[in-house]
Amino acid sequence: MGDECERSDCVVDVQHLHKAYGSTVAVDDVSFTVNKAEIFGVIGPNGAGKTTAVECLSGLRRPDTGSVRVFGLDPQRQRVALRQVVGVQLQEGSLPIRLKVSELVDLFASFYPHPANTDDLLELLGLTSKCRAYYGKLSGGQKQRVAIALALIGNPKVAILDELTTGLDPQARRDTWELIAGIRERGVTIVLVTHFMDEAERLCDRVMMVDRGQVVALDTPTAFAEHYGGGSHLSFRPTHPFNDALLITLPEVSGIEHVGDRVTVAGSGDLLGSVVHALESAGVEPVNAQLTTANLEDAFLRLTSRATVAPSEEASR
Amino acid sequence: MTSSAAISLPRPSGHSLRHLIVAETKLAYRVPVGLVLGVFIPVLLLVIFGVSPGFKRPINPHTTITFMTAYVPVLMALTLALIGLVSLPIPLVMHRERKYLRRLSATPVAPRWLLAAQVAVNLVLAVVAMGLIVGGAVLFFGVQAPADVGGFLLAAVLATASLFSLGLFVAAISPSPPVAGVLGTALLYPLLYFAGLWVPRQNMSAGLRHVGDFTPLGSAVQSLLNSLQGSFPPTHALVVMAVWAIVMTLAAVRFFRWE
Repeated sequence: MGDECERSDCVVDVQHLHKAYGSTVAVDDVSFTVNKAEIFGVIGPNGAGKTTAVECLSGLRRPDTGSVRVFGLDPQRQRVALRQVVGVQLQEGSLPIRLKVSELVDLFASFYPHPANTDDLLELLGLTSKCRAYYGKLSGGQKQRVAIALALIGNPKVAILDELTTGLDPQARRDTWELIAGIRERGVTIVLVTHFMDEAERLCDRVMMVDRGQVVALDTPTAFAEHYGGGSHLSFRPTHPFNDALLITLPEVSGIEHVGDRVTVAGSGDLLGSVVHALESAGVEPVNAQLTTANLEDAFLRLTSRATVAPSEEASR
Repeated sequence: MTSSAAISLPRPSGHSLRHLIVAETKLAYRVPVGLVLGVFIPVLLLVIFGVSPGFKRPINPHTTITFMTAYVPVLMALTLALIGLVSLPIPLVMHRERKYLRRLSATPVAPRWLLAAQVAVNLVLAVVAMGLIVGGAVLFFGVQAPADVGGFLLAAVLATASLFSLGLFVAAISPSPPVAGVLGTALLYPLLYFAGLWVPRQNMSAGLRHVGDFTPLGSAVQSLLNSLQGSFPPTHALVVMAVWAIVMTLAAVRFFRWE
């Protein structure tokens, strides 16, 4: 076992994973751990190596070097045992179009020693009314829900979901998020590959960003946004002029800019509270105050726009 | 590794395979390529030949073999060719193209079990079609029942094995369904020619017949006709079919890509 995974609630342990296709390096020295009942997000630009990395978890790809353990199992050597505890949703459709939903679910249920109740699962995914429909006749969202159902049919301890809500309409996306959160409540660990930052922000306990095959950052969505998103900005119109030194000396503040009669203060942490407090003590009132906080998307864009990114301290946390 | 010990249960082997066979059977019924090409068309040809007066005549002045009798093995060869080279490989290549084989390899069930299910379904189709052809010819169209039953069954088994393994090889090397279709058809016509679909083998020149002896369907038709008439199939014909079956199976295993 890797030294990162000594806690008993650690279910996935990846150390120094490396995978190349010919001369193209897809995954380059990636290490991370996932805890029990955690929703762990993997984000990154297209072709960053996200899918390759998680496919090494499910045993679909053989790592060149490095170690992968899921519940202590080696995906390559303990093939069957691993697949009994790991449910997978693949990026592509990947099912015969002339099989009905109920037939697919029954078929996949037959592959596992302790399958979930198929009726309950179809109900949970809102597929009961579609169970007699051919897979090929379903809408994109319904196909996606079938793929999720098949990932969960074996009562997995870990579900690996790749591009969970791609192609879904906004309502279906929100429904799917609720569903995934509900499945985690039952103690299932979820590894979620996504390129939607709102999805990662909303669902994930921790987010790992991969770019050019390397881990760029790994943290909670909030801390991630704060560290890499360029912080917060507080913009307001002061009732009286004040000396910049009043605010620039605050630990939360990193810069001040005057545009017309408005002041914009850049910073992080409890920017709003500390600035308002300092202004108050000087008898200045901020009028029309607007606080903009960096989100995961800002962090993502800042990180990917850099020409070269060195893995940060957080990445190896 | 306590957790792995707890979950290393015996895999539900027969159970999964049975479900895979049921699913492939439903697909074979809903997309009835094998049913139409491999069963319906050869049986229809049997009926057409059976009611044509010309087929009661000997195939040439030097023999008593009627066209009807000569065409029973040829129609069996047609069935095996259409099922082995079209009905068997096309669904496998489609499954692979749709990434279904890859999806299966993410479950405890190995994707080769789907291959086994596909072989099983087509085997049933082939047995049903050959049974209808032989049974129909004997019961309704005055063809003598196989005199050497053992030789007949052995010839049928080897012929099926050689054509199915050839089909699996087509599935192994075809990157997409259209390529599998072209490859299967490209093999189909010369094989059926040497089987005697257009010109009975007995009416071919010695040279052509000799070439046909080295094809799986040429030796299949020769073996089936011999045993239909009471003599055990010639060893060289059985060996030719067995060699095709073994070589093509090994080649299919060697080249098969799951994704």
